[in-house]
Amino acid sequence: MNELIKIVTQLLSDKTIGVFIGYEKGSAGRTRALFARNADQAQKLICDDTCTQNLAGYLLKPEIKKLGRIGILANIPALRSIMQLASEHQIKDQSLLVLTANSDGSLTEFCDFHSIEKYLETSDVNITSGEKEMIARLESMTTTERREFWSREFEKCIKCYACRAACPMCYCHRCTTDVNQPQWIPVASHEMGNLEYHLMRAMHLAGRCINCGECAKACPMDIPLNLLTYQLIEPIRENFGKTAGMKADAVYALSTFNPDDTENFIL
Amino acid sequence: MQEFEPKIVAFVCNWCTYAGADLTGTSRIKYAANVKIIRFPCTGRIDFMILMKAFENGADGIIVSGCHPNDCHYSSGNFHARRRWIVFRNLLNFAGIETERIQFSWVSAAEGLKWADVVNNTVKKIKELGPNENYKKASVSAEVNEEGASHE
Repeated sequence: MNELIKIVTQLLSDKTIGVFIGYEKGSAGRTRALFARNADQAQKLICDDTCTQNLAGYLLKPEIKKLGRIGILANIPALRSIMQLASEHQIKDQSLLVLTANSDGSLTEFCDFHSIEKYLETSDVNITSGEKEMIARLESMTTTERREFWSREFEKCIKCYACRAACPMCYCHRCTTDVNQPQWIPVASHEMGNLEYHLMRAMHLAGRCINCGECAKACPMDIPLNLLTYQLIEPIRENFGKTAGMKADAVYALSTFNPDDTENFIL
Repeated sequence: MQEFEPKIVAFVCNWCTYAGADLTGTSRIKYAANVKIIRFPCTGRIDFMILMKAFENGADGIIVSGCHPNDCHYSSGNFHARRRWIVFRNLLNFAGIETERIQFSWVSAAEGLKWADVVNNTVKKIKELGPNENYKKASVSAEVNEEGASHE
């Protein structure tokens, strides 16, 4: 922890970076994001196993970007977010200063995207066994049972869009949700609108979701909406051989094609 | 009781299936009249939201049809569409929406007969499945909600 504070203090003092995104102790024993802009603020930095939030969600926010070059303490989901954002041309190589805490407590600084790719190759990027089980349980249901399950879940949705705000991949300046000519997503929070909103969100994240789970963590109604996008990870890997957030120069699975793609449902 | 007549919406590409459906007509081949054809420039243009809106507005079944692979007028629109449908079908199935209600097909401008078959078979299948009750229920709740909001 002291090593992190030392490094960040140095980086901020010599103006290598304008802001460092890390974690600090919040109220009620929670851990929250810290945006350190000077050496004093950097003293509050912590680095322990409560630091699970994916901080990459802040990287593209205009109010953060204007503070200067960004340094970030990235965990595995955040590293993958950075790779995915890079592949979508949202972040340039060398524009960030990326640190990560290894499991033994030591820090690694990445000099470029290539070193992040190398690091991720040996990391565990799979969804948890609990999430796998949940998906398997849903898949074993009949269509009607699944429909009822999601209907019950979506009924709770209050359309606060916290899932969209928390998602590091939801950075469009104008989201389909906000379009009203035509009104793709009804504004009111009713069953049809909620269903359409969540399917739209899942579809727009298909092949881009890096399974950090921030959407479900942000949900005040505890809807397991991360499962919608997690479920698509395996089919996309199987069909198109692509996993999001592993390579900085990857091509998005749905913006390309292979003439030999196979399916069994088109007449 | 009157037999259930499903409402089918067909989203077809301008260059192949639309011409194919035209050929069905000019060849005087009779096929089920349940289908409403909507012409698109290419299957690549058919966004998944459009299909969801068709269901929302009361379609019991949907046909999506375009040029055969390698025959796309824009060379790769149907390849992109195919990838999208593979993913979208997976998502619909996982969300508990009957994927049987959406029929995908490739019908070229020379396949007037195939178009009649696709429509007839889809109508038959949707008749067996019955009305799209799940979706209609949700639509009704949406209508009530919106009316309630406007009268406040």
